[in-house]
Amino acid sequence: MKFKSVFDIIGPIMIGPSSSHTAGAARIGRVARSLFGRKPEWAHISFYGSFAKTYRGHGTDVAIVGGILDFDTFDERISDSLNIAKQEKIKIKMSEEEALTDHPNTARIRLGDKDGELEVVGISIGGGKIEIIEMNGFELGLSGNHPALLVVHNDHYGAIAGVANLLAKHQINIGHMEVGRKEIGSEALMTIEVDQNIGDDVLKDIEKLPHIIKATRIHE
Amino acid sequence: MFRNVSELVELSISKNVPISEVMIEQEMEVTGRSKETVMELMEKNLDVMEKAVERGIREGVKSHSGLTGGDAVLLQKYIESGKSLAGTTVLDAVSKAVATNEVNAAMGTICATPTAGSAGVVPGTLFALRDKLNPTREQMVRYLFTSGAFGFVVANNASISGAAGGCQAEVGSATGMAAAAIVELAGGTPEQSAEAMAIALKNMLGLVCDPVAGLVEVPCVKRNAIGASIAITAADMSLAGITSRIPCDEVIDAMYKIGQTMPTALKETAQGGLAATPTGRELEAKIYGVPLKKK
Repeated sequence: MKFKSVFDIIGPIMIGPSSSHTAGAARIGRVARSLFGRKPEWAHISFYGSFAKTYRGHGTDVAIVGGILDFDTFDERISDSLNIAKQEKIKIKMSEEEALTDHPNTARIRLGDKDGELEVVGISIGGGKIEIIEMNGFELGLSGNHPALLVVHNDHYGAIAGVANLLAKHQINIGHMEVGRKEIGSEALMTIEVDQNIGDDVLKDIEKLPHIIKATRIHE
Repeated sequence: MFRNVSELVELSISKNVPISEVMIEQEMEVTGRSKETVMELMEKNLDVMEKAVERGIREGVKSHSGLTGGDAVLLQKYIESGKSLAGTTVLDAVSKAVATNEVNAAMGTICATPTAGSAGVVPGTLFALRDKLNPTREQMVRYLFTSGAFGFVVANNASISGAAGGCQAEVGSATGMAAAAIVELAGGTPEQSAEAMAIALKNMLGLVCDPVAGLVEVPCVKRNAIGASIAITAADMSLAGITSRIPCDEVIDAMYKIGQTMPTALKETAQGGLAATPTGRELEAKIYGVPLKKK
């Protein structure tokens, strides 16, 4: 069953007008911000498909920047996010892409500052639900049906075991897991789908483990 | 866990509890949350719906595109004039559904039920019936759980997305959900809720998703309006003892299959239907500031 909670049906509380083009866009922006882990100095956003055609009318641009500012779907500051970004000195660049994507509502976000860069590709699948399908060039195979955990880490022995052990300690069951790296010893990514919701305490504990750079959750 | 409407109704009867209670208990089981928390979370949704309705019927909000806004206020004034033909409750529900969708189109805060584009029907009917039936706050929260229970079945067996199933999946689902919840609020049985949902959804089958300029405005706002009136009528029919010859689950399945065979041009792509009319195209060109494409 794709929908598990009554709050998938009655909810989310959100700024209009579209659960897919506004709330979903805000959530994609917020996951990018959360994975980047800090306020970026610049953000480059590319819209594809239906996002590219209708982003102004739906406030997809405003919503995605709101997400990058770490606003939730119901945060009323979303409607003023372009100004707020300017005040916070975040340089925003947006482009409409012609390329065809598998999903009509696709956005690519690059965030950066002097210490680094991050790139994610997200899709908005309806009712405010989203999936992150790519991160820093890693393809993510998330079903979107379960809460998921993304862990950026150094490609080093013990990193994966450490996270798995910690989840076991918190009695969180892993339903699906993928690991990938660009090359031996470089940055790597764990994508873990779990059966229970992941609390802030678990994320903090994971980040304290050796070789872990950043941990974020995506689905609630 | 119930998978379809007949299981939902059976659970409600065998446990001797209303459908809202079946949904609440399932939510507690799936999320591990307490009853108190689950009820509180839903009450937050109710608060947001109430604020949006109030804002829409008082302020007459306008969307950025200028396509929608102000109609909820017009309807409220018309009701006050005492000339309404459909009756106060139906028209009040219509105006409050419109109010919610006007606030949504103006980038205001709403609660998706089940989506943002179809967010008007459930709260519109609820806040109109509040004046008629004087429910407690808890009964109003339960109304949302009952709507949610039926929406849950549709989402898992068919679709609640216009891009996947057309408007029948969005406003159609919302209308069926509201009809079922109205029955419970008015003191009807679980079976009558299912009949109301079936009657309401049958009258939304085949409805396409053809928004002008791809925006959640035209015709979405007015489809929520008429959805609210259908929901109340279907609930009344069911409470009068009328049943649907086709069971609710089969109506949902028919909706799913119609959605699958519906052309892509009529599923939230702004390529067909009202979006492709001369006026629809003209409005689109005006909004995006681009010249009309020659056909």
